[in-house]
Amino acid sequence: MTTPAAAPYPSEHVPTTGIPNGKLGVWLFLASEVMLFATLFTTYIVLRMAAPSWPAGWEVLNVPLATLNTVVLITSSVTMVLAYAKACERDRAGFYRMIGLTIALGFAFLVVKAFEYGAKFHHGHFPSTDIFYAVYFTMTGLHGLHVIGGIGFNVYLALWAREHWEHPLFIGRVEYGGLYWHFVDIVWIFLFPGLYLL
Amino acid sequence: MAVPHSEPRSSEHGSGFIDKYVFSVDHKVIGLQYFFTSCFFLIVGFAMIMLLRWQLAFPGQPLPLIGRLLPMTWAPDGILMPEFYNQLGAMHGTIMVFLGIVPLGVGAFGNYILPLQIGAPDMAFPRLNMMSYWLYLPGGMLMLLSFVLPGGAAQSGWTSYAPLAIVNPGQTVWLLAMVVIITSSLLGAVNFIVTTLNMRAAGLTLGRLPIFVWAQLVTAILLLLAFPPLEAAAVLQLMDRIAGTSFYLPAGLVVAGESLKVAGGGQPLLWQHLFWFLAHPEVYVLILPSMGIVAEIIANGTRKPIFGYTEIVASMIFIGAMSFIVWAHHMFLSGMSPRLSNFFLVTTMIISVPSVAVLTCLVWSLKGGSIRFTTPMLFSLAFLPLFGIGGLTGLPLGLTVTDIYLHDTYYVIGHFHYVVVTGTIIALMGGTYYWFPKWFGKQLNDFWGKIHFWGTAICMNGIFFPMFIQGLAGVQRRLYDPTAQLHNLSTQPLNVVSSVSAWLLFLFQIPFLVNIVYTIFKGKRCEENPWRATTLEWACASPPPHGNFERPPRVYRGPYEYSTPRAREDWTPQHVPS
Ligand code: HEM
Ligand SMILES: [Cu+2]
Repeated sequence: MTTPAAAPYPSEHVPTTGIPNGKLGVWLFLASEVMLFATLFTTYIVLRMAAPSWPAGWEVLNVPLATLNTVVLITSSVTMVLAYAKACERDRAGFYRMIGLTIALGFAFLVVKAFEYGAKFHHGHFPSTDIFYAVYFTMTGLHGLHVIGGIGFNVYLALWAREHWEHPLFIGRVEYGGLYWHFVDIVWIFLFPGLYLL
Repeated sequence: MAVPHSEPRSSEHGSGFIDKYVFSVDHKVIGLQYFFTSCFFLIVGFAMIMLLRWQLAFPGQPLPLIGRLLPMTWAPDGILMPEFYNQLGAMHGTIMVFLGIVPLGVGAFGNYILPLQIGAPDMAFPRLNMMSYWLYLPGGMLMLLSFVLPGGAAQSGWTSYAPLAIVNPGQTVWLLAMVVIITSSLLGAVNFIVTTLNMRAAGLTLGRLPIFVWAQLVTAILLLLAFPPLEAAAVLQLMDRIAGTSFYLPAGLVVAGESLKVAGGGQPLLWQHLFWFLAHPEVYVLILPSMGIVAEIIANGTRKPIFGYTEIVASMIFIGAMSFIVWAHHMFLSGMSPRLSNFFLVTTMIISVPSVAVLTCLVWSLKGGSIRFTTPMLFSLAFLPLFGIGGLTGLPLGLTVTDIYLHDTYYVIGHFHYVVVTGTIIALMGGTYYWFPKWFGKQLNDFWGKIHFWGTAICMNGIFFPMFIQGLAGVQRRLYDPTAQLHNLSTQPLNVVSSVSAWLLFLFQIPFLVNIVYTIFKGKRCEENPWRATTLEWACASPPPHGNFERPPRVYRGPYEYSTPRAREDWTPQHVPS
């Protein structure tokens, strides 16, 4: 096929820094995500400091449900790590089990969140109600979108594994999916105390 | 080897027209897509301001010729409506910055030249690269489309200050389009950084990177870290508009005689901070690639190494870092505490030092060179003093005392257009002449190039120099009718000078455009390396085939080894073993 003298194709090029392209790319992407959420947290702090009064999170929000969700997400991070470990061990059935669990836990998080939102709407609390609910819905909503994105990528990994289990980039992609999933988890770990407990 | 590859191999995607020219993953095709699309947007943005300049020169008079063709809602009887005037101004700024200059400097020049200059077969993520373009184009089209949607285009300035932007029509589409465009830029930024760090040819250490590559790297880092805050800010403004939140709205606002029914509790100033946190780094995104282009051309056109390579690179990195802590110099008059404005005053003075250092190194590079006055070189030489004017006129805006007077006057418009038009655009035009042989294997006509150069350089000054005088005389920006205020009357003739220069500038672009089209179709093939340049992009065919280099290049020396003592010729390419 290719003549030996041909220049390497992008995926064959040996990374100059020694870090695979995908990994470097994911870390850079996460850096921009950090800036995105940092902006939202800053906005939250600025608005709250300037507000004459601010409701205590635990009085208006559902702390038990949010605690449950925290457990769900942390567990899903563990299963994600296990999925990666299984991929490295080349244990195919184990990988499917763990990635499946991660996806299911992601969905569980969203379902709980939907109940929380539903109850708020039921009581007439909308983003437009006041600045507290504006912050609450916007921040958790954007985080929810990230959860959906993460579930999407994990589903892609599960499907991709069927044909590409032996692909040289496969294990790397599982790792990148994991990095992203942990990031989504970490954002929640800031959101939970920030919104519900303070 | 039968290893399956997720990224398409360069040799595989040459089949159909669609794969080759529309949904191409080849950085060169994508670069040219960016080139032509951003040129289109630059012309559109320019056309808008040419309309607007009629109203400034001859307020209230009907536009001749084309006035009748405009819809009644824009210009009844050919007289521009104030709302339409505001749309033109806001969309001009937005289109020029986000859809014209950045995609041209980064998307077009960066995409095409950077992988070649580092000896790479393509970008690190070819498909992501394609996606960046295919987000940029629809985002831009959506922005343009907003003119004909109900409510019209955004009319609150490119800065979209709250609360005005939130109550004005047209803003929702602006915000949606911005989110798409920002996402495109973010994907591009990740790709550029990974490519620069990871795809370098053997022997190409960081210290041997051409300055253009360094400039693109710093630019990409700025985009990566500064754009997300604006994306978040835009989402919040979008929430204010469609979900009824009040992130940027205090309680008790009265709009058009009626009190606004929102919960309040928000902060208009928050938007300004978030906006400028992006928009100041953005001005370096606009200028850094151009500095890189000028450095390349000057080394080549003087036939000697760039003076102060290390100083230039260090200055660029320092500019990049500092640009995150100067943003509030745009807000001195927003009522912030003097202690805070002193901080931003000081950081602003500090950041001007590395910019001057870069310029000084470039000027000093001319010393003792045997300068060839080719068309690209003329543009680069013009860049030096003109960008200098742009930069130096910025200092009085960074000093609180003088900014109180100058803020929001035409002086500001003059200042940043000297930077971005006589600086950036001049450099980008020079870059087009310089790299055109790389793109098409043909050289643009030099005679028409020189006509284009002189006409452009003179007209640009004719447009923007009067603005300094107007600004000092107290003429404010964004005015629909400049004659409505008595103190503007004395400088009103300058508006005519400025407008006529703008229309002449347009005429002088015609030879440029014809030159490009004619050369692509009818031009004769030129040498592979017509400028006798040393950097790696000339180590492959012009235009390069898929995969770029016949075999992976190896680098033996720094980028600008011109007129090396005892060398056979006055240029020693980076990839030639000694
Ligand atoms: C070469 C032709 C250009 C001309 C004749 C021109 C002229 C003008 C004028 C007269 C204004 C003031 C409008 C007003 O007072 O309402 C303006 C505003 C502006 N221009 Fe340009 N400009 C040109 C190119 C550019 C370029 C290349 C950029 C950016 C990269 C740019 C960015 C802006 C921005 C950001 C504003 C402020 C818009 C606002 O008020 O929100 N312009 N331009
Ligand atoms: Cu600034």
